[in-house]
This record gives sequence, structure tokens and C-alpha cells, in this order.
Amino acid sequence: MKLSLRFTSLLAPVFALIVAFGLSTLMLYLIGEDPIETFKIMYDYGKSGKSIVSILNRSVPLYISAVAVAVGFKMGLFNIGVESQYLMGSLLSAALGAAVALPSILHISLIIFVAILSSALWAAIAGYLKVKKGVHEVISTIMLNYIGTGIIAYLLANIFFEKVELSTTAPQTDLLPESARIPSLNAFLGIEDLPNLHGFIIGAVLVGILYYWIVWKTSLGFDLRATGSSPMAAKFSGANPGKLTIFAMMISGGFAGLIGIAPLTGYFFKYTTDFPSGLGFAGITVALLGRNHPIGMAFGAILLSFLERSAQILDLYDVPKEIEKIMQAVIVLSVVVAYEVVKRYVTNRQIKEASKVVSNA
Amino acid sequence: MTLAINLSKISKSFPGVKANDDINLKIKEGTIHAIVGENGAGKSTLMKILYGMLKQDSGTIKIFDNEVKFSSPKDAIAKGIGMVHQHFMLADNLSVLESIILGMDKASLKILNKSKYKYEINEITNKYSMPLNTDSMIDELGVGEKQRVEIIKVLFRGAKILILDEPTAVLVPQEVRELFSNLKNLKESGVTIIFISHKLDEVLEIADEISVMRGGRHIDTVDSNSVSKTDLAEMMIGQNLPTPPKREKNPMEKKALVVNNFNAVEENGRKAFSNINFSINQGEIVGIAGVEGNGQRELAEAILGVFQIESGEIFLGENNINELTTRDRREQGLSFIPEDRQSQGLLMDMSLSENVILGKQSSSKYKTKLYNIKFNQASVNSNVVIKNFDVRTPGNETLPLALSGGNQQKFVVGREIENKPSLLIASQPTRGIDIGAQSLIWNKLRDARDEGLGVLLISADLDELIGLSDRIFVIYEGNFVKELDPEDATPEILGSYMTGLKS
Repeated sequence: MKLSLRFTSLLAPVFALIVAFGLSTLMLYLIGEDPIETFKIMYDYGKSGKSIVSILNRSVPLYISAVAVAVGFKMGLFNIGVESQYLMGSLLSAALGAAVALPSILHISLIIFVAILSSALWAAIAGYLKVKKGVHEVISTIMLNYIGTGIIAYLLANIFFEKVELSTTAPQTDLLPESARIPSLNAFLGIEDLPNLHGFIIGAVLVGILYYWIVWKTSLGFDLRATGSSPMAAKFSGANPGKLTIFAMMISGGFAGLIGIAPLTGYFFKYTTDFPSGLGFAGITVALLGRNHPIGMAFGAILLSFLERSAQILDLYDVPKEIEKIMQAVIVLSVVVAYEVVKRYVTNRQIKEASKVVSNA
Repeated sequence: MTLAINLSKISKSFPGVKANDDINLKIKEGTIHAIVGENGAGKSTLMKILYGMLKQDSGTIKIFDNEVKFSSPKDAIAKGIGMVHQHFMLADNLSVLESIILGMDKASLKILNKSKYKYEINEITNKYSMPLNTDSMIDELGVGEKQRVEIIKVLFRGAKILILDEPTAVLVPQEVRELFSNLKNLKESGVTIIFISHKLDEVLEIADEISVMRGGRHIDTVDSNSVSKTDLAEMMIGQNLPTPPKREKNPMEKKALVVNNFNAVEENGRKAFSNINFSINQGEIVGIAGVEGNGQRELAEAILGVFQIESGEIFLGENNINELTTRDRREQGLSFIPEDRQSQGLLMDMSLSENVILGKQSSSKYKTKLYNIKFNQASVNSNVVIKNFDVRTPGNETLPLALSGGNQQKFVVGREIENKPSLLIASQPTRGIDIGAQSLIWNKLRDARDEGLGVLLISADLDELIGLSDRIFVIYEGNFVKELDPEDATPEILGSYMTGLKS
């Protein structure tokens, strides 16, 4: 019985993708493009070696961001502030990383540690406000995003960047030295002919495992999930809601701190005004897509990265590439609906089986 | 005599359950007709069909000899059927008048003609002698008065047939008296009343005819004058009644709980309870009787450590636990059966196997030194609870939301007792569950007491309090106003202390 129910749950994403595919086809058809041709172009471009590396590189921060959001979701907390949390962590770790000289392992560890710590502390503010002042975390994290953006802009322009008269350079931190850069995996994998596959992809895998362990295997994770399932029941079971809220926000923020590590130590090597932004919000989408599951979110991150990458080719064929954004949205909607449908089905099946037991007894 | 309601061959299935199976039921006009049965017997399904909330799979409904087909409660109301739900559907910040007329007019910008409505409502309250001040605010009313508002609301919409779903569940005995006299007045004026209940004494007292349902079937309809309580109960459960084991007081010397001079205030500054002093010995069940909202919930939560006290001392066994968190108190041997199993006692969307951990997730029972949860242990223990407490479930991977209320409750009670506590707080341990589950839980509580468990029992079911407790305290407005020996207590006596009539 259990197996067949698990199997049904797997059907949800498949079903959702078919629906999303169908809707996208319809849309392409309506705007007068040949759907099959368009998909073929996207697929062919997306499956090239270059594209795969690019997709994986994109997926890394996206996945970590999804994990950060999911930690909150599992407890029923909506951390909308992952955006400013990771930018804050990235800026501070970039600035510090450029200012010290250390052996490589220590240097990288220090950067990661500072990123985690500063993002977690920034996130803790929202937790504190919720527990002590009753401010809903959605409101506070959105506001903290604005405040964070302001602080970051100020720090970047006035503290970490020496203005030179008449210079046209955008504000930025100093470049990270070699010892602070995480090497690519190309040599290791024997794919030197392709663009760099960033080494922190291993970090992303570890993040996924750590997330799974904390949330599903530990007693802290049990408290988180119990609170997410029923705050009152969790409280009566001895979970301290206040402490847990602050904890969960800090864990979420801590994961958020890792979002910027790949871009920072892999290809930017500094924090500038065009450091990748928006990943915190994209993470919400991926968490929804992957239903907060470590593997599901990995697929979600890769899928969205694939769409983004393969949409780049559409311009060349005069297909509006905005179609990719619409596809993303359609996929997310279909997934959310499909999961709800399957959840109801599974619940009904369980009720049915439970009532059989009662009537047989 | 005309038939107000004539149901023939009503059947309704839900996935896997036949909720109503070929039901034929005739209800005479101007009578009080009770429908009794255990939870899950199909009473509510039948009433929902009659009130247009559900549609029958087959069968016909005749109201005053006309066949009707309802697609929503609106249709039922138009045919003169009104329903008063067990949980009141009233908004605290409206006046009685506003509550009654709520939803009657189409939304428009016209000014409400309140005085006209007031006049019409007063006509009804006078006609049925159910006095009501139409200007009071709902939150100023007591439970009995709120119920009266609900009844007037239905009558005001022209109901000739009144369905009352467990109307006495929330009332104290004195309020029940008043309700019954109101119902008799209504009957005299020709209103037909369907009275759903599982309290057999009340049913025998108020009803003219009683229909018994069991397992989705209509077992029989009997005249209330020609049937005994035992007969009814046996018809309901389809077997001879389990006789409750004899009560023998046998408290041990050692204290399980001592509470000294407990005081607390609520967030809004209102006093929750004050000067509470009592103790519970091991092997003793101490009951607390009180009308909901008189501080008993806060007291239970204060003992558990989730409600902050202002002053006082609390000892679990020999140890002062004032400074301990809820988690530490549970670790030291405190168990808690919350009043609402679904929102407070269970994680409805997590398996029974995970639910058995709840409350002990941080104890070495389920936690390794590396903070990992012992899921294998949980799986084993959940099966123990399922077996020992007769939880009817396909397995321990089932979600609680798939189980009936009685089985959910058996699981919660089982989990808390199997944790081998020294003190158990049992809040409404058998509320809203069937007789079978109820008697099992009673027996298990008694067995645990006999083995030395101290129990604090909080219940709105006065028979349960009298039957289970070794001592009873009555709480009124946050104070213990009376200590009673259950031998000397009756629901009436308890009720008069609970409502402050006696002190």
C-alpha cells in the first residue's frame, strides 16, 4: 500500500509537466510560432555541453536559495528576506575575504563562515521581531530587504570602495586573491574543453544533505515540522515556539549566506553593483516546485536553469524569449495544482482504507 | 396526524463507507423526535441530507407530504427546515438583532429598517416565551443565551421544523432545564423538533419518539415512554453495555502533584485563576468541574508550563518544577491529553509513527546523543499504542486525519499513558467520541490510576467526572469554590456550584 501511494506521489510532477507543456504549446501556437520547432530549438541548444555546464552553474545558487526558503516553509515561516540576507552575506564576506591573506582552505572557510554568520544574523532580526513584537515575518523580511539594499549600497559605495575623483568605475570590493577562489571541477572531470564547472556544486550537494538531515532526522527538525504542522500541538509537546522561530530564521538565513559563495568565489571574485541579485526570490519558486524536498528542489533548480539557458537561443529565431518566463509560471502553477490534487487523492485513499479496517473489525 | 418529515430509502455512500443505508424515517408534526447513535452512526449525514448540505445517492424526502429535492440549505430553509449547529455561528461583535437578521437581505445601500425587524423578532420571542434582549452584544451573552439566539434566528426565517445538533453538549444542567422548557413551548405551538444527541437521559426526558441509528442504518423508532436507558444504549451499540468497573478509592501516600497558591492573569489583564491550592496523590484521579472559561484551561496549561503564572509553587512529586520548561516537565514525568486532539494533540498530516514521538522528541526515549530521532523505536512504540488501545488503523504509516475521532483520541490517550508518566493531565479525554472508545479510555485511565498514576481530569461531561474522579473540585470564576466527594455529587449539585448559584 505504501509503495503504491509513493508511486502516486511521483505522478504529480510528471502530470504537472505534461500540463505545463500542453499549455506552453497552446501559447506558442496562439502567438503564431511553431511549438514543436521552438521546443526542438530549445532542447538542442540546452543539451550542448556548454549549456549543461552553464545550467549546473546556475542551479547551484538557485538550489541553495530554495533550501533556505524551504527551511522556513517546513516550520510555516515565510522567509521572503532570503534576497537581502544573501546579498548582505556576500558583500561582507567579499570585503573581508579581500582584506586578509590566508592559506587557501582557511581563506575559503573564513569567507563561507562570515557569509553564513552575517546572513543568519540579518535573518535573526525578523525572527526576533516576530517573537518579541509580534511582527509577521512576511512584513518584516520584505522591509528588511529594502533596508538591507540600502545598507549594502551605502557600505559598498562608502566603506568598501575608495572613490577616486572622476573615476567611472562602479563601486566594488577589492578582488579576492587566488587563495580565496574555489577551483573549477573541469580538470578533475576531464572536461577542459568546456567552460568552468564551478567547484561549489559539491557545496550545494552537501547543503542538500545537511538540510535533509536537520529537517527529517534530528529532534530539532521534528520540532520544526511539528510546529509547521500544528503550532499548538508542538507547543504542548514542549517545543518553545519563540526559540524555534529565531532558530529557524537563523538556519534559513545561514543557508541563504551560501547562495553567494559560488558566484563570489567562482566567477565574480568581488562584490559589485551587478552581483547576481533576485536569487532569493527565485528560490521561493524553486522551493514551491520541489515541494521543499531536497531532491525535488534539485530537479526544480535544474529545470528552471535549463529554461533560462535554452531561452537565450530563441532571440536568434525571432521567438519572443519572454515565453520562457510564462513557461516557468505555468510550470509552477501546474505543479502546485497537481500536488494538491494528488494529496487529496492520497488522503481519500487513506480514509478509505482506515474505514475498511473499522468496518471489518 | 400529518407527517412533518417522511424519509424513504435514503442511502448515501462516501468512499469506502456506507454512511446511510436504506433509511426510512417518519417524523410526526408537532413532536420532539430524538435521533440517537454513536459517532459515525450516520446521524449527521442524515441531517445534512435533510438540510440540503449533502445530496442522497438514492431515496426520497417528503416534507409535509410534498416530495422535495434540495441542492443547498437555502432550499431547505425555504421549505421550513432550520438547523442549529452544535458550534454556534455567531459573531461576537454584532448585536443580537444584527445576528438574527444577518444574511437575510441582499446587500444594498438601503438603510436597514431595524425597528421593523426588532418588532418582528419580539413577536417571535413573545410567542414562544423565549425572552431575548435584541440590543445586547453577542459577546455579553452566556452559552444558553447564544443558543437561544440561534434558535430565534432559525424561527425568524420561518422554520416549522427545527434540527438541533447536540444542543446540550455545551450547556450546564440548569441551562439544559431552560432549553427543554423552551423546546416544550415550541412544540406546543406546533413546531416539529429533531433532537440529535447521545445523552440518553436527556433524550428520554424530552423526546416523544426516539430513533436509534447504528452503522448507517435506522435500527428502530420507539416511544420514549416505553423504553429504558439500557435498552436504548444496547440498541445503539448493538451489544450488551460494558459495565464500568467498581470504583475503589485507593490513593497512595506519595504526592504526584502539589500546587500551592497559584495565581495568574490573562493577557488582557483579566484574572485567570487565583489562590488555587490542591494536591493529587499517586493512584488518584482528581476532577475539576467548571463551565468553560472559568480558568480550568489556563490552570491545566499553567501546570504544563505553557501558561505563565504570577505567583505560586508547583511540585511534581518531590521536585519543585516552577522554573522548568514544558519540555523538562514532560521529561520529569508529566503527560498531557489536550482538549482538542486535532489541533493540540496530533500532527494531522504526519504518520502515527511520527505522532507517537510528539512530546518526547527531546527525550532519550526517541533522541540519540547525536540529536537524531529514533524512528525505528517510534515505529515499534506506535504499534504498541495501536495494539494496546485498540486504534483501528490500517497501520502506523496512516495519517491521523484518515482516522475517526474515537481512534484519534485513543491514540493520543495511548501515547500519553504509554509514556509512563507520574502525573497525567486529561482535558476532555472523551469529548465527542463514540461509546466504545469512551469506555476503553475510561478503563485505561482507571487501570493507570490503579497502577499509581495521578490524574488531573478536566471534563465538561459531569457524569464522566463523577464516575471517574476520586475527588472533585468545582472551579468558578478562577477559584476553587467547592470540594466534593463524587459519592455525594450529582450533575445538578455540580451545576449549581459551577454557575455560582451555590458557593
